[in-house]
Amino acid sequence: MGIYTQIFLTFAKIGSFTIGGGFAMVQMMEKEVVEKKHWLDHDEFMDTLVVAQSTPGLFAIDMASHIGLKLKGVKGGIVGALATALPSIVAILLIAIFFQTFKENVYVEKVFMGVRPCVVALILAPCFGMAKKAKLNKFNWWIPIVTALLIYAFGISPIWCILAAGIGGFIWGKVVDS
Amino acid sequence: MIFLELFYVFSKIGIFNFGGGYAMLSLIQDEVVNKHHWMTINEFTDIVAISQSTPGPIGINCATYTGYTAVVHAGYPTWAAVLGAVLASLSVIWLPFILMVTISKYLIKHHDSKTVTSIFGALRPVIVGLIAAAALMLMSKENFGSPSESPFVFVLSIIIFLMAFVGTRLYKVHPIIMILMCGLAGLLIY
Repeated sequence: MGIYTQIFLTFAKIGSFTIGGGFAMVQMMEKEVVEKKHWLDHDEFMDTLVVAQSTPGLFAIDMASHIGLKLKGVKGGIVGALATALPSIVAILLIAIFFQTFKENVYVEKVFMGVRPCVVALILAPCFGMAKKAKLNKFNWWIPIVTALLIYAFGISPIWCILAAGIGGFIWGKVVDS
Repeated sequence: MIFLELFYVFSKIGIFNFGGGYAMLSLIQDEVVNKHHWMTINEFTDIVAISQSTPGPIGINCATYTGYTAVVHAGYPTWAAVLGAVLASLSVIWLPFILMVTISKYLIKHHDSKTVTSIFGALRPVIVGLIAAAALMLMSKENFGSPSESPFVFVLSIIIFLMAFVGTRLYKVHPIIMILMCGLAGLLIY
């Protein structure tokens, strides 16, 4: 089997069998790429984590691009990224086309009336876990609160908040450095 | 032109997404619901629920589905919507990919430099705020019912919300199990 086919199949498999998003994929990726295929050693895999965390974009796609990139350059990266996204795109398209005809159904609406408050809870719950990982302390505890208020109450685009934080952090780093 | 708009909006979402899928929800919602009115907040919430229960990255799932829905609502046929869905998903990917090709070596070498550390030190708390904002915006009359017009739905929604929150946060119930249980509850109660 050619290396591109192998890259494609490996990442398509990872994309098809992990539910719950990016971080759930890391474990499976490590198993496939490091333990099974021996494409990367453990240190190189950690490099991949660093790159995925410090570049914008979706975590799993960033990981796949970087691993593909390491194996076969830009072409390998493209194959890795597309293979990770493809199962999602196909699955969602099937659901979207199917669901379009069911949406007006009274029972479907009942189900979603129960699901909607649950979705809000599911988004809010990891927020508290992330607060720990973000190393909130007495100096920066106000940042998430102000950010949430700016977006929610004042309708400021999240993009401006991200830009402000990036620039603020950069300046802060320069000031601390000197 | 809906396709150009989709390309522009989702490219922007891709390049400004630093916090993973959940942070991306806040970006998608702001553009797709608040700014472009491509769908209602109810539809967006349903899409999030489906994205969470389908394999693959939540961000891609959500981009595919919102791309599809936006084109359908603009009055185009199904095949055009399929095109829009693929376009939205690929738009999310391409800019970060180019960035990665150009700077991945630099990042590996300098990821513990003071500048990179301080930028991410500031970004992480903001991302927590972003996700909180996404949750706050979904706590709407459309999703929870209104206390004056539909007090029964409102109270039940609050109960479902609290149970789902405690279940995932304290008892680590898997999100899909939670969504299925709440869906079943909705079907039985309403």
